[in-house]
Amino acid sequence: MNTVVHSGAEGFLHRFEGLRARLPGQRLAWVQALREAAAAQFRAAGFPTRRVEAWKYTDLRPVSDAAFDEALTILGDGDTLPAPRGERRAVFVDGRFREELSQIEGAGFAVGSLAEELPRLEGRLGALARPAEEPLVALNTMLFEDGLVVTVPAGVAGGVLELRSLASRSERPSAFHPRHLIRLEAGASLTIVEEASGPEDTRYLHNPVFEIDLAEGAVLTHARIQREGVKGFQLGTVYARIESGATYDNFTLNAGARLVRNEIHAVLAGPKSACHMNGAQLLRGGQHADTTTVLDHAAPDCASRQTYKTVLQGKSRGVFQGKIHVHQVAQRTDGYQMNQALLLSPDAEIDSKPQLEIYADDVKCSHGATVGALDADQLFYLRARGIPEAKARSILVEAFLQEAIEGVTDETARAALESAVAGWWEKEAA
Amino acid sequence: MLRIEGLTAEVDGKPILKGIDLEVPAGEVHAIMGPNGSGKSTLSYVLAGREGYEVTGGSATLDGVDLLGMEPEERAAAGVFLAFQYPVELPGVGNANFLRTALNAIRRGKGEAELDAMQFLKQARARLKELQMSEDMLKRGVNVGFSGGEKKRNEVLQMALLRPSLAILDETDSGLDIDALKIVADGVNALRAPDFSALVITHYQRLLDYIVPDKVHVLMQGRIVQTGGPELAKQLEASGYASVQAAA
Repeated sequence: MNTVVHSGAEGFLHRFEGLRARLPGQRLAWVQALREAAAAQFRAAGFPTRRVEAWKYTDLRPVSDAAFDEALTILGDGDTLPAPRGERRAVFVDGRFREELSQIEGAGFAVGSLAEELPRLEGRLGALARPAEEPLVALNTMLFEDGLVVTVPAGVAGGVLELRSLASRSERPSAFHPRHLIRLEAGASLTIVEEASGPEDTRYLHNPVFEIDLAEGAVLTHARIQREGVKGFQLGTVYARIESGATYDNFTLNAGARLVRNEIHAVLAGPKSACHMNGAQLLRGGQHADTTTVLDHAAPDCASRQTYKTVLQGKSRGVFQGKIHVHQVAQRTDGYQMNQALLLSPDAEIDSKPQLEIYADDVKCSHGATVGALDADQLFYLRARGIPEAKARSILVEAFLQEAIEGVTDETARAALESAVAGWWEKEAA
Repeated sequence: MLRIEGLTAEVDGKPILKGIDLEVPAGEVHAIMGPNGSGKSTLSYVLAGREGYEVTGGSATLDGVDLLGMEPEERAAAGVFLAFQYPVELPGVGNANFLRTALNAIRRGKGEAELDAMQFLKQARARLKELQMSEDMLKRGVNVGFSGGEKKRNEVLQMALLRPSLAILDETDSGLDIDALKIVADGVNALRAPDFSALVITHYQRLLDYIVPDKVHVLMQGRIVQTGGPELAKQLEASGYASVQAAA
């Protein structure tokens, strides 16, 4: 028995060597080939360091210096799931689908576990992900064990599906790398409310990868609530391909984790498609949150909207990097990007890097960034009306976040986000 | 009763108020008039507790309670209301929510029960009607996209809801047309009662045709240089501040 604990990229590669024969799909040549190629890519690249341009503001050493074990998949005593937000939900514990905790019957569309579906996913799994470019995606490809597979048939309104990720309590840090595949066929619609959480006293790494493809006229609302435990890491990557007339509406709330990277690669691949990427980051203590978006306008007459708001307390650090690439073919592009930060502490820091690359000539594309403290005039106005200072501050912070949240049109998703923000404040006031 | 004695204050190290003595007995409305830069707004901010306005001497009490040592929200709970010269816009904060939060904060301070959404709405609608304001005003962000007149009416609406014992109106007449001016004046007059007093700060006599003060004080260079009845306002309108300066 090997008791040597390896850390960093070496640890994960070591684990791949040990697990290789037991990972799902070991008898499928195409899965094996994907994993081997990803392992070679991850071996070559390792964890990205700050010398890599895309990781200039996020230091992954807290992750790469740690040693992670295989997740034990045990829910701690007293861990209970909150009431479901919709009729259907898929529950993952340490990255593995848990049928007995889930409710996916009668969905009217196909929803299930990636580990089970794997034999039927050749050509679909890995179609959008780019492990050669993103080392963390290579890590996921090398070690994924499960995930959610959703296929909504043409014209079907899928309603709300909750995707719940839990990490179990463990003395030894664990890591899991779920791969989620979401496909909406022509004219289909779906709302996914995703929530990831974990115990406050356990160090773990949640490294999910989403591959989302939306056919003509499909509409996906994807509300993500990240409130991982304070010692947890989440390094997530979303790939979305949006065909003509389709809409991808992503809202990500980062309110937990020691360190989080929310990376989104979206491609507006067909004419008149739309992409909304909004989000809020609520940070305190020593938290670090990084939202990185890469948006390709690769077809004409598409619209994109991005509004990200970050509130920073304590010594927290926020990062926003947003790249919009307007291809030559993408005439009449309508793009907008805004990121704003509210610094509530002199020790907090925000780094912001908008990047526009425009190769078409008939384009409307604007971006902006603001960083500031609470407005003294507004604060005094509220207090002069009898509102105590702490309450006045929370009113102004919620107002700051409101602009981003009010863009979420799906009511279930918006209510989930609003209650998560309120929960953060209650914790803040306590 | 508001009692101010020997009040001095500075902004950025520059003395602005140089010894104010003033008494506004309960039930009375007093006007403070004066040219630009005389210290009118500074006086209102000092009484409301704005940061950056440093009191260097003297005292200000309301019904015997020291105001100057309190936080702004404590002064509001003690009955002070400042109607702002430039009401602040609060994007993302709904007016109804703001008004109810403020009202309940004041009620809590007074030891009264808080109002639920329905009870609040009933009160707010009654006050809106009196001020000839549309209910839409409740649904909008606080002062966001309001015209100058709407902002001032929103101040008076807040005052009517919060029922202060001392209202300080800082140039509430600026930017108002004559119809809005009458509505605002009616709102103030409706609050007149034995336990209500007001300090109406204005540059022009016009507002005082509609809110008739018990006394008029002239503030110049940080001091009250003359006090008289309502006729003093008319006299100033006719001959200007220079005549007072000469007399003082």
